Amino acid sequence: MRPGEASAVDAPVSPVGFTESTHPVRDEPDLLATRHAVRSAAVAAGFDLVGQTMIVTAASELVRNAYIHGGGGTLTISAIGAAHGRRGLRLTVADSGPGIQDVEAALTDGFSTGAGLGHGLGGTRRLVDEFAIDTEAGRGTTVTVVRWVT
Amino acid sequence: MATEDDLKVRDLLVRVLREHDAEILDLWVRAQSERAAVTALGERELRSEAAGVIAALREGLETGLPVGDVVERHAPAREAVVRLSVRRARAGVDPTATALATLALKDTLLDVLREHTDEPGALFSAAITVNRLLDAAGALTFASYVEGREEIIRTQHRQMLELSTPVVRLWRGVLAVPLIGTLDSARTQLVMNGLLEAIQADEAPVAIIDITGVPTVDTVVAHHLLQTVTAVRLMGAECFISGIRPAIAQTITQLGIDLSTITTRATLADALAEAVRLLDADFPDMASERVRSAL
Ligand SMILES: Nc1ncnc2c1ncn2[C@@H]1O[C@H](COP(=O)(O)OP(=O)(O)OP(=O)(O)O)[C@@H](O)[C@H]1O
Ligand SMILES: [Mg+2]
Repeated sequence: MRPGEASAVDAPVSPVGFTESTHPVRDEPDLLATRHAVRSAAVAAGFDLVGQTMIVTAASELVRNAYIHGGGGTLTISAIGAAHGRRGLRLTVADSGPGIQDVEAALTDGFSTGAGLGHGLGGTRRLVDEFAIDTEAGRGTTVTVVRWVT
Repeated sequence: MATEDDLKVRDLLVRVLREHDAEILDLWVRAQSERAAVTALGERELRSEAAGVIAALREGLETGLPVGDVVERHAPAREAVVRLSVRRARAGVDPTATALATLALKDTLLDVLREHTDEPGALFSAAITVNRLLDAAGALTFASYVEGREEIIRTQHRQMLELSTPVVRLWRGVLAVPLIGTLDSARTQLVMNGLLEAIQADEAPVAIIDITGVPTVDTVVAHHLLQTVTAVRLMGAECFISGIRPAIAQTITQLGIDLSTITTRATLADALAEAVRLLDADFPDMASERVRSAL
């Protein structure tokens, strides 16, 4: 913050502007960059340390899935809420990979078609408040999650 | 095809390079020190380097190779140019200054030729030949400069990886790896190798991996931690994980990852205390040795 600017604490509580940013997920460095982007958005949205850690970890899982299983894609971070005084972050991770064959199985802990632990998708669902998967064989996968500031 | 004129021009160039090498050397070195920030290299280095390039170019011309190919195909010339460039890359000389080094030789050679040739026709052909010879040198200078910088970046990257995964000896029989940043596959491999080697060299019964500096523990990081612990145990040593902050602990739990088979502690100090307890119980010899060495 530059001197002279009002700090977030001093400023009157005003509706959060609708902010959204999209980040590419093409390679390993992007995985790190997206984690950093979600971390800053979470801090800006007012998440506490536990909330930040959880949403960043959820992003890390989804983005890595899009990179490893989906062949790359994008992450969109949206600051949401304001109307009812509730604030949160929505993450949308989209790829145009092979899609998830069996969503039920994919959400089961320990299920992995690769060499992973198979806890990524199921774990992510537990780390967030809202969770939706839109997937179609051959068309790709979009996972949307929301976590509210507590 | 080398025509008679070509041969004459080449002879002229070779003669000038041989008879006036000291003059060319002086002028070239001066031009370089005037024009570019090559102070990092030092006058003496600059001179011996320049002398090497001039001699190698002359020999290259004498072999009869096509002029445009001398730098590429006469090995000593190629090496001299590459060395000039890589040395500048390593010394942190910027790319423009490095390119100017070969351009300055072109100017110098043309000046000296002009001084020692009366015939305008011969001078013109010689100028073309000099251009052909040194344009190749310019291209090579640039390519090797980039290669030199890339080599430095690769080395630094490797060093950083290694720097960020040091194995430290906390106590007799207790090793620790303070991890900072993330734990991808390449990093895990390095940590594991370093740790296993140190365990063997030190005959250490306990290793502690401290993750205070790891901001995010997702399934991949957890998986890599588990793999490292398993590898350490296979060597007959015990492996603790420390620095698991409350937010990370809650997140790992939500991910459904079971770390219950691993001894975990909130801080490195707690883990060390636990390690010492374990050593005192299981390795009383080591404990008494410790007391002796402390006395
Ligand atoms: N974006 C995606 N596109 C295609 N398949 C996917 C995608 N995301 C998940 N999957 C499938 O769902 C399975 C389970 O995903 P999950 O993230 O739980 O485990 P994982 O990625 O295999 O291992 P990890 O525990 O390291 O995350 C994957 O093995 C993969 O087959
Ligand atoms: Mg996964």
